[in-house]
Amino acid sequence: MITHPRTEELVESVRLWIDEIRPSLDPRNAFLARVAANAMATVYRELTQGPVAEARAIAAMAEVLGHEGTYGELNHALCDRIHAGDFTVETPGLLAALKVMARDQIAIDQPNYKPEGTPPPPPK
Amino acid sequence: MTVDVLASLPRLAQRLGGETAHLAAAERLSGGASMETWAFALEGPNGHEDLILRRRSAPFDPETARSVSLATEAALIQATGANGARVPRVRHVCDETDALGEAYVMVRVDGETLGRKITSDARFDAIRPTLARQCGEVLVPIHATTPPAGLNLKAVDGQIELDRYEEVYRATGAERPILELAIQYLRQHTPPPVEPVLLHGDFRNGNIMFDPQQGVAAVLDWELAHIGDPAEDMGWICTNSWRFGRPDRPVGGFGDYADLLAGYAAAGGRSIELSRVRFWQMLGSLRWGIMCLTMYLSWRDGVTKSVERPMIGRRVSETEADLVVLLEQGL
Repeated sequence: MITHPRTEELVESVRLWIDEIRPSLDPRNAFLARVAANAMATVYRELTQGPVAEARAIAAMAEVLGHEGTYGELNHALCDRIHAGDFTVETPGLLAALKVMARDQIAIDQPNYKPEGTPPPPPK
Repeated sequence: MTVDVLASLPRLAQRLGGETAHLAAAERLSGGASMETWAFALEGPNGHEDLILRRRSAPFDPETARSVSLATEAALIQATGANGARVPRVRHVCDETDALGEAYVMVRVDGETLGRKITSDARFDAIRPTLARQCGEVLVPIHATTPPAGLNLKAVDGQIELDRYEEVYRATGAERPILELAIQYLRQHTPPPVEPVLLHGDFRNGNIMFDPQQGVAAVLDWELAHIGDPAEDMGWICTNSWRFGRPDRPVGGFGDYADLLAGYAAAGGRSIELSRVRFWQMLGSLRWGIMCLTMYLSWRDGVTKSVERPMIGRRVSETEADLVVLLEQGL
């Protein structure tokens, strides 16, 4: 795609503009504007990190399932196998694959979120 | 029907404080999707009173709502308070005369409810190590309260909750392998039902008023009260979505499981195994993830148009990141 500007730069410019006008808004709209700016930041991260995350998810799911496919096909098959009871927490590689996918997704959706198992921050 | 709260408050002030009383201040504190909270004060012959008005701003449908009516909420606060629970004092339940719709008035309790302040603000450093134990203690008189007759509270157990949320998840059409695995795992590990008790139903950091010197000042937000397993209230406050950046402290981001359980037992509560609390904690993550999905769907289907809703949909992955670790650890 064209590079002057790139898609993520358009998104970033909108985010910066929302942040600029936020102080001039009433409390309710200021809150919604912050949510909108966060949405733009999420889109930015999905554009920049999404392709690598998706490739990694495809590889991880294909490994567990033992066959190739698109993201949608593999995700669907994985859900089916779990729902049917073929796959459980004991299935070799399943939890490890799901963990990689979950970590990549939270890095896009909420990079500041501290999931279960995160060690305490260093003392101030 | 549109309600003009600011226009109705002066008359309410007179009703509560006597004919010579007047409204001294009024300010809207927060507005959720369906609930409003107002702080107001009145000056009257009996002096100054700081009060809180809680009112429903969207129509209430008892058939579909998970929540109870505000009159039921007020009745439960009164009943648990009479049984020694730390709750606000209900000052007045509104009726047609007040022209405020479905609403009630509480005496204001000072303190902090913002979860992140409780977990991280220096003002709470000294009291923080005692809070998990206090949370265990304050649950005991709530769970020991006999609900007033005629409230028709819903009764659930682990099995019923799992059935309900799996049904909601299937209806969304979303395909999320971690949620699938959590449903499967929780079904295999559902603890046997116990003698059910009155539950707060939304007992978590964020719904508790904390005082920096004393600790728990009041348990707020009773709209999800129901009947069920006492471990449900304990598991929900341990769900990581309500630890506000401190997953290393499982109880609310401020304390440890052992203190929560010890406080509950020391105050006369029945003995509860940690694995039962962990079951409800994990079900709490699953439930919050599925609720986030349904909030996104309410936007997709045109029910609500706020940008908040699709963004809450992106919070499903926080519950997945938590659930996958819980699945590794086991209960």
